[in-house]
Amino acid sequence: MGILVLCDTDGGVPRKSAYELLGKAKALGLGTVTALVLGPADVSSLGGYGADAVLHYNNAALATYSTGATVKALANAVAATGAGYVLGSANQVGRDAFPRLAARLGAGLVVECTDLRSEGGKLVGRRPVYGGKALVDARVQSAVGLFTVRPNSFPIAAPTAATAAVTTGDGGVSASDIDVKVVQTLAPDSKQVDLTEADRIVAGGRSLKSKELFDSVVRPLAAAVHATPGASRAAVDAGLATHGDQVGQTGKVVNPSLYIALGISGAIQHLAGMRTSRVIVAVNKDADAPIFQFATYGYVGDLFEIAPLLQKEFEKILA
Amino acid sequence: MKIGVCLKQVPATDSRVVVNATANGIVTNDVKWEINPYDEYALEEGVRLKQSGKGTEVVIFTVGGADCEQRLRDALARGADRVVRIEDPALAGSDALGYARALGAAIKAEDIGLLLCGRQAVDGDNGAVPAMIAEVLGWSQVSWIDKLGVEGASFTANRAAGRGSKEVVTGTLPAVFTCDKGLNEPRMAKLPDIMAARKKAIVVKNLAALGLDAGAVAALVVEDAMSLPPARPAGRKLTGDAATVAHELVRLLREEAKVI
Repeated sequence: MGILVLCDTDGGVPRKSAYELLGKAKALGLGTVTALVLGPADVSSLGGYGADAVLHYNNAALATYSTGATVKALANAVAATGAGYVLGSANQVGRDAFPRLAARLGAGLVVECTDLRSEGGKLVGRRPVYGGKALVDARVQSAVGLFTVRPNSFPIAAPTAATAAVTTGDGGVSASDIDVKVVQTLAPDSKQVDLTEADRIVAGGRSLKSKELFDSVVRPLAAAVHATPGASRAAVDAGLATHGDQVGQTGKVVNPSLYIALGISGAIQHLAGMRTSRVIVAVNKDADAPIFQFATYGYVGDLFEIAPLLQKEFEKILA
Repeated sequence: MKIGVCLKQVPATDSRVVVNATANGIVTNDVKWEINPYDEYALEEGVRLKQSGKGTEVVIFTVGGADCEQRLRDALARGADRVVRIEDPALAGSDALGYARALGAAIKAEDIGLLLCGRQAVDGDNGAVPAMIAEVLGWSQVSWIDKLGVEGASFTANRAAGRGSKEVVTGTLPAVFTCDKGLNEPRMAKLPDIMAARKKAIVVKNLAALGLDAGAVAALVVEDAMSLPPARPAGRKLTGDAATVAHELVRLLREEAKVI
């Protein structure tokens, strides 16, 4: 029994999402919480955030992500701890390794949870389906259950003075388990925070008319409010922005504190991707645009007129 | 080399969702169905590989009833050669792993060398079946690709990594790839192709024909209590000239909403 938490690291340090999962795992009260770390990292902080024990597979074969080595190490960690549940972030590892691990273990898999709770000693995950148009509760009927959780789903409590005993090992993997090899890493096109992790987003729709206007209106406004630029599917399909910029059911599902929608009418598939934003600002010429039903603040008017003015106002207070 | 493409029909992305009476699914009576958008990239890539001489045949694999036939004919019109459709009452209550076992068995029976799938189906949004198929078959897998090159038994692909970065990866076939937007521009079917597609084969197999029983596809995951997301509180319309509104909006974002 107990919960195994796969902790993300970045540059050898646990990421925020690891602390988030450990705190939640501890609060679930479903047994011992073991933090699992793959690859070289400083694991000393994990006890303070809720880990009862730390399992550290400090192996160079796990330093760069590969499906083969990661799934094998995870399976070995489940066997070593006898964990009933495995939690991980809904990131590259969550989407690539967890399903394969589920098939290997014959374990039920519940992905992209936005909430977790225990019910009668069982873990229940609440997750969006249909691109966020609906939510569903999911539980598993297998000996082991795998759950991935969207980042920023839970608050992070201040660390305590607790420490956790660390068990180290090589995870039972070697370089020969790396089946698909990474030969090059390409940095993102921009230095901005990725949309899925952005705290502020300024998005533009088809009304921006051209790539030139998109680049001269949406991107500078986004820069002024320290936001990541985004776009509707219509804008992307029209070539105003790139696929990586797309917010919506067939693009990125986002969860920022502030979402500014310029000239976006609010098609169902766009709303599905951004409706959980804490504050939504909508600017649109059409007073009947569906986006206004979701907007915290709405302005019916010309985006080309107000965008530069907004930009100046943001620059005044945020420069 | 035969190329496999997994396909699923899903409610069109402009559909409104209505939760059914038992709160474990949606009401499908008025739903307009379409090919899962990410599967369209998989299909297009498969057809392009065949047309460039890297593949001999494009075979579609799907789990579903006769009601998905129209989508399958559309896919055949866009260049696929034939379809293996898996239908069995036991699959109605199955989950991702059950689907993967059924699809995996069908793919194995066809001597496929490369399998293309969408990165996720935009109904359940699990994105789990492709990697599960790879495990069932013991093949390599690459998730969320927007570029693929095949040279003999070797491949090079660009896949999404963390925070907007990409990784260039290499490996050996057979392998499963999940396709992301940006990989290609899916074609529309032309009239002669639509006519020709009517003659292409759609073979239906049940679990027994795949050497599986109901136990192999029994669901490990149960979903219930489906609900619509909570409605957002009514917002506020700002009026006045653009300069006044811009100033007031920024003040509200700072002092009332406290997001900047």
